[in-house]
Amino acid sequence: MKKMILTTTALALTAGMALAQSQTIRMGTEGAYPPYNFLNDKGEVDGFERELGDELCTRAELTCEWVTTDWDGIIPNLVSGNYDTIIAGMSITAERDEVIDFTQNYIPPAASAYVALSADVDVASGVISAQASTIQAGYVAESGATLLEFATPEETVASVRNGEADAVFADKDYLVPIVEESGGALTFVAEDVQLGGGVGMGLRESDTELRDKFDAAIQSMKDDGTLNTLIVKWFGEDVDTF
Amino acid sequence: MFSFCTDPATLSDFAWMACYLTTGKHMSFYYAFGTVLVLLAITAPTALAFGFAGASAARSRFLPLSLFGKGYIAIVRGVPDIAFFLFFVIALDQGLEYLKHQWVCPDWDQPVRQGNDFIVCQAAKVPLGNSAQWVHKTYSFFVAVFTFAIVFGAFAANVLFGAMRAVPRAQLETAEAYGMTQRQTFWRIVVPQMWVYALPGLSNLWMVLIKSTPLLFLLGVEDIVYWARELGGSKTPRFTDYPHGDWRMWYFLVLLVFYLAFTRVSEVVLDRVMARLTLGQATTGGEAQRRAEA
Repeated sequence: MKKMILTTTALALTAGMALAQSQTIRMGTEGAYPPYNFLNDKGEVDGFERELGDELCTRAELTCEWVTTDWDGIIPNLVSGNYDTIIAGMSITAERDEVIDFTQNYIPPAASAYVALSADVDVASGVISAQASTIQAGYVAESGATLLEFATPEETVASVRNGEADAVFADKDYLVPIVEESGGALTFVAEDVQLGGGVGMGLRESDTELRDKFDAAIQSMKDDGTLNTLIVKWFGEDVDTF
Repeated sequence: MFSFCTDPATLSDFAWMACYLTTGKHMSFYYAFGTVLVLLAITAPTALAFGFAGASAARSRFLPLSLFGKGYIAIVRGVPDIAFFLFFVIALDQGLEYLKHQWVCPDWDQPVRQGNDFIVCQAAKVPLGNSAQWVHKTYSFFVAVFTFAIVFGAFAANVLFGAMRAVPRAQLETAEAYGMTQRQTFWRIVVPQMWVYALPGLSNLWMVLIKSTPLLFLLGVEDIVYWARELGGSKTPRFTDYPHGDWRMWYFLVLLVFYLAFTRVSEVVLDRVMARLTLGQATTGGEAQRRAEA
């Protein structure tokens, strides 16, 4: 046993030294935001971003590993080095760009939408739920409506169903399947709103080399059309593509 | 899990349930109960040790040590748990990595702090970036144990500090009269007798500790409350073979039963411990036991 520990330590140390090239890239995601990312029945990360991320890693010749984390701590854990990328449906915004770096977007700037139980909700003055620390929450806070924040996307929708909030404000791509499966109980209300600069991968500002690799990989997927195919596969025919 | 689970949509209710409750995700949920129990089993004695050390330090006659003990109790008790769990853990992790960085990469020329980023050489990562997932999980588990131990240790220290002072002065005087040294008095008289005064406070702490495990997810350890929320949330057929509505109530009901049962078992055990500790003590409890036997 002792010998085994020694060999493992020695291995770990030498591996660490020789490892500058073949390091594992840890991909941080939330795992609670279908179709972007969610946990499937087996408990593995699945969704658009899982498929995209795996493809990007293949193209950039990187070994990648998936990590799930709480949305609230997703940026602090990135900058302190607990994982190397954020790939969690995160919209590119100026505020976030001050703290971390983004690749070019892999989903074009998309609409955010309101969903409510009835069509006559006044979204300008009612109680609107949104996930905390999202661009949608920021938008609601400034719109004059009463903002009700939740830690997970799931809870924001549940709060509308149980009447706590008048409407939920979130990415339209997230809400579409929910509205379709609700059997008419939930409907889109008011106008869609364009927010943010699309969805991109977040990286540490100092990690320019890795960002360039992913940037190039995303570009190559845009160029050969595979990215559009992937977007249509997960988000349907009606969404914007590149 | 079962061979008939290939197409859940066609199954009867009972078979559907059997399949649903044995998905990989549910296995993680059941596994999380084990994680929580193991965490409690390791944390409780560790926190008690921290508490004992803190209390002993606080009542030390050597001023710096006493100030250190009192400072530990006051500061950790005063800081909100959630802040402590967010910042202390990241600081601890970075501290470890910084030390290891100094050790394994002495000729690194870039600054460790670059703007918001904390950068150490790859070889100094704790655990290494390329280690298996279970190494990362185990690491965050022990960081969790350590953090819980520090937080609950501070509360335990306060309880024990009070309990040490509650040991009747007459007992100490008698010990001194017999010629015992300070150290002997502490270990032979104070420590064996203080537990009876400490136990009510400590049992409270234990109950609070049992219920504070949702803080685990802040540290990247998936606990039962995280899984209950994840599994209970409504699922659309597009993303799962087992669509269902908002079932969080049922999952939380299961947690409620679990926590209540666990609390009840704890109470029974603690009552026994209390009875054992009271035996022969100069307290009302000890007196009652003496009369009952007489």
